[in-house]
Amino acid sequence: MIGSLAIPPLFGLLITEPVSVAHYLVVGAIMFTAGVACMATKRNALGVLMGIELVLNGANVNFVAFASPYLAGEGARSLGLDGQAIAVFVIVLAAAEAAVALAITLNFYNNHATVDVDRADDLKG
Amino acid sequence: MTPTLAGLPLTAVVPPLAAINWHSFFFLLFASIACGFAVAVVTATNVVRMALYLVLSLAATAGLFLLAGAEFVGAMQLMIYVGGTLVLLVFGVMLTAQAPFVSIATSGGDRVLAGVVGAALLGALLMAGLSVPAWRAPASGKLAEPAATPLGMALVGVRVDEPAANAPEKAVRPGYLLPFEIISIHLLVVLVGAAYLARAKRRKTPRAIDVAASVEPPASVAEHAAIGRGPAGAGSVLAGGPALTGGPR
Repeated sequence: MIGSLAIPPLFGLLITEPVSVAHYLVVGAIMFTAGVACMATKRNALGVLMGIELVLNGANVNFVAFASPYLAGEGARSLGLDGQAIAVFVIVLAAAEAAVALAITLNFYNNHATVDVDRADDLKG
Repeated sequence: MTPTLAGLPLTAVVPPLAAINWHSFFFLLFASIACGFAVAVVTATNVVRMALYLVLSLAATAGLFLLAGAEFVGAMQLMIYVGGTLVLLVFGVMLTAQAPFVSIATSGGDRVLAGVVGAALLGALLMAGLSVPAWRAPASGKLAEPAATPLGMALVGVRVDEPAANAPEKAVRPGYLLPFEIISIHLLVVLVGAAYLARAKRRKTPRAIDVAASVEPPASVAEHAAIGRGPAGAGSVLAGGPALTGGPR
């Protein structure tokens, strides 16, 4: 009963009040954390790659939120164009990183017949 | 008799239609899709499903960018991330998705540890994000100028966007020509490197996967190789085969 009392006002508040930069920061934090957990727990090399994509995307959400003059509070300054330009650069860097990491993964798969990162211990001293 | 939901009058749960801020409504919609599927990527064990969840999460993020007034970044997110990077990832999944590797389980202890560390990290990030009052101020709702043209001009070094309100008069406002050039060269080098890394190689020793497959070589492949190369070893016949490496050179 406490839950059903507490949650509806929050939901009503969320869809009647205008959003702020902090809303976007929460989304970015959740995506970043999910990405870090994904990188740490997945044993499939492609799963680790997907975690990296999530982390970069969480950072991008923050950049765009800080860049938005629409979201900035009354009288507050926004990053302006800088934030959007950095977000575009991050997207391009993520594409480049995915291409190289995928090539490495395919090479590893060709040589070791597995994509389990725990088996990539050839350099272990 | 008013309609009720979970013991409360409906108006206490769902605000009247006129009171709904539709920007917030769509923010909530896209944010829950993005966060929900991001968490689903972590909890899923099947790599094909993880790729699908990642597509949905990143596409919903593009919606968030559009809602924040960054329409160019949102379009780039859809085209490069969802259209390009994920096609690449899905190809990687398809090329390596042999039955034993589609789902590699993580041990229970690792999952618990990751959950604890993730919760701690999330708590720290949320505390940092919510601690600044200026960031919690509700949106001014000042409509943003379309950013595609200013962004494109800034990338070639000319700023045409409005300077900040309290910027000094005649302040130098550099564009992004140098970062643009650096990232262009970086992308070129990376793509050449990726093509070099992923090329089909001739190998001296057979792969383990080929040895496993060589128990029963198809007759046509062995025949073709015998005509093309003469007495070739079984390893070189099966390592890609003449059809994949472009024939004997």
